Amino acid sequence: MKLRTFALATVAALALGATMAQAKTFRYAFQGDAQSLDPHGLNETFSLGFLGNVYEGLTGYDAKMNLIPALAVKWETVNPTTWRFYLRKGVKFHNGSDFNADDVIFTWKRATSTESGQKARASLITGMKKIDDYTIEMTTAGPVPTLARELAWLYIMDKEWSTEHNATEAAKPSAAGRENAWATTHENGTGPFIVVERQPDVKTVMKRFPGYWGKPKTNVDEVVFTPIKQAATRVAALLSGQIDLAYPVPVQDWNRINKAPGVKALTGPEARTIFLGMDQARDELTNSSVKGKNPFKDIRVREAFAHAIDLNAIKRAIMRGASWPSGLMWAPQVNGYNAKMNTPYKYDPAKSKKLLAEAGYPDGFTVGMDCPNNRYVNDEKICQAVASMLAKVGVKVDLLAQPKSKYFAKVTASGGYNTPFYLLGWTPGSMDVHNVFMNLIACRNKERNMGKYNIGGYCNKRIDELTDLIAKETDPKKRQAYIDEGAAILHKEFGYLPLHQQPLSWGVSEKVSVAQRADNVMDIRNVVVNK
Amino acid sequence: MLFFIARRLAQSILVMLTVALIAFTLFQYVGDPINNMVDQDTTLAERERLRQELGLNDPPPVQFWHFVQRVSHGDFGVSYRLKKPVAGLIAERFPATMELSLISAILALGIGIPMGVYTALHRDRLPARLFMTLSLVGISLPTFLIGIFLILLFGVQLRWLPTFGRGEVVHIGWWSTGLLTKSGLQSLLMPAFTLAVFQMTLIVRLVRAEMLEVLRTDYIKFARARGLKTRAIHFGHALKNTLVPVITIIGLQVGSIIAFAIITESVFQWPGMGLLFIQAISEVDIPVMAAYLLLIALVFVIINLIVDILYFVIDPRLRVNK
Repeated sequence: MKLRTFALATVAALALGATMAQAKTFRYAFQGDAQSLDPHGLNETFSLGFLGNVYEGLTGYDAKMNLIPALAVKWETVNPTTWRFYLRKGVKFHNGSDFNADDVIFTWKRATSTESGQKARASLITGMKKIDDYTIEMTTAGPVPTLARELAWLYIMDKEWSTEHNATEAAKPSAAGRENAWATTHENGTGPFIVVERQPDVKTVMKRFPGYWGKPKTNVDEVVFTPIKQAATRVAALLSGQIDLAYPVPVQDWNRINKAPGVKALTGPEARTIFLGMDQARDELTNSSVKGKNPFKDIRVREAFAHAIDLNAIKRAIMRGASWPSGLMWAPQVNGYNAKMNTPYKYDPAKSKKLLAEAGYPDGFTVGMDCPNNRYVNDEKICQAVASMLAKVGVKVDLLAQPKSKYFAKVTASGGYNTPFYLLGWTPGSMDVHNVFMNLIACRNKERNMGKYNIGGYCNKRIDELTDLIAKETDPKKRQAYIDEGAAILHKEFGYLPLHQQPLSWGVSEKVSVAQRADNVMDIRNVVVNK
Repeated sequence: MLFFIARRLAQSILVMLTVALIAFTLFQYVGDPINNMVDQDTTLAERERLRQELGLNDPPPVQFWHFVQRVSHGDFGVSYRLKKPVAGLIAERFPATMELSLISAILALGIGIPMGVYTALHRDRLPARLFMTLSLVGISLPTFLIGIFLILLFGVQLRWLPTFGRGEVVHIGWWSTGLLTKSGLQSLLMPAFTLAVFQMTLIVRLVRAEMLEVLRTDYIKFARARGLKTRAIHFGHALKNTLVPVITIIGLQVGSIIAFAIITESVFQWPGMGLLFIQAISEVDIPVMAAYLLLIALVFVIINLIVDILYFVIDPRLRVNK
């Protein structure tokens, strides 16, 4: 019996193999796997980007990060707190059922359930009203000018399917959650690809959805995704031709990849800004030779640090030319960016020494620094370079570089912001500058959920006011004025020391053409396989 | 005998409890699991709720006690990262690790023993010297480097073998095997060899030393004097007596093959338990780490038990003394 099943399976596999010969297959690898198939699971760029091939939101992003219609054909603001979305007709879920307004309302409710990773996003909306099957009205507590951008990541699920499989809430991570875990291993989206096979951490196979409403550029019929954890193994798999695209690849491997036949390194600026932060909250630093006071409370010390760091040297020596020195805490791809405001601090070690002497540290001082070593591109090397640059002006840095799990546990809120000086990177999830103000620049305020990642505790009351104004202002001109005012204050007060935008680093076979999105999302709609 | 086994089993439970306790003490230092389970926009209150729900606010001894309670009911919890029951995850990965370990053990024995015998019998011949030099290289090179070297040579340069993964697998009941497909066998070659290298070199040196020792003993001389064929002396008498200590050592090494598989699995992206464990560490997935460590402890305990029992069977003197 077993043997017969096996034989049948083999015959079926062979038959499948024969028909697959003409099909266009795209194989790619990333360093990890999507955490779950649940679109309301972890709110993390890779997982959401991966699921974006299967699920869709009301809006979406194109290859150049422009906001485009997806499951909504258009939208308008009735008044600053009311939005009307006109839904796309004739859209089918992968199981064949129709998409309509009920699914949107269901999705919103599901995304606000206790264990949902999309709770912050979905809670922006306080009410939803069905006007007809294809028109929806959403209300927000205050004006949320970025709502349409936020909705690009809120993927729509089928109400009937979710109800049928008891998946009307996002699954719990603890033992109690086993009963409603169906959506973590199964999908039913409206996207151009269907997951046909999934072994978490091992392999995911997707097939083109024949009933897809759109006409994407891609000619891919089958997608094979494999997570490969080790960078060396990932690059080897690309060089050997077993996969068509691998990301990220180490910056130091670019030369090798470009010299190898049939593959090339693809790079561009990522929408992630890398910066340094200084503890300006404590009265005495946690790890420093200065006792009884906090040198970072003195603006001259912060300014001295700003002028001691040579961004171009970091770019040249560590980033192999592939970084974009920055004077702002947000990248050009982020909504609210103004190129005029982007003036990096000048490298001027003499001025830096003078400032330190004025502040009462003619011989410098010793300060601890925290740094991740597996989170950002060359993170540890950047910290080492910063340490040696500061040494030139007399500041001795006691560097502690550790894996991200340990690093974040120490420096973030859960570890009590336990760091005097640190390196961090930030991409605003909403691709809007308000997210940066709210999480990094506004004063820490647990009740209002503000300044959560303001690890250094920088605080300026005017910036708090501006943060609220930016959140609510719907007139683009006025809003930009507020943003620029905030940027100028931060720049003048040396609240943070922005370093650069880090590069995206993909290795791509010449057999495929892809679009490299600035948020490092692999959208297969843009992949074309050439024979 | 039964009493001996019962006592051993009781001791084993103590060993496992100790391993779990040490594991839980270590988990306090691997980082904050919550950070990997939420996103940057999650509120602090929400994080606190999650921490409370997972029992991470309890002191380590309490967490440990809850863990032991659950495990005694056969519940290993749910992976923080993959949101799937840990027992199921480990069961999924178990066949991959076992096939890799088994094949590499066979490789190590199949190549190691003949090489050891050869180097013992023909000490001065060129191949023997070559084998000894190679075994020195094998014993000193880290597994990681050997793996990467093989990948670059056979995967990237020659393109004979796949560089990662397990190839196509066939499911027989809950067991998944790569031994029945071409791509599965091809994928197995490099990782199995990489994992086998260290054991192989160990066996070569062990067999050689033991064999040289045995060849000097009186009964071999008498055998020669009796005019037995060289072949019969070497393989019928010398090798047989050589293998007793070799088998003991190999039995103990099976455990370390499974444990060493972590590195090989991560170099070749081999979807076994070791890779699961490595990924669990980087994401602070405590339920998976705890279950894996416990399982490895169990494997060692069982192997030791079997070896102890084998002593009784093999060596009559032990039985007399008791």
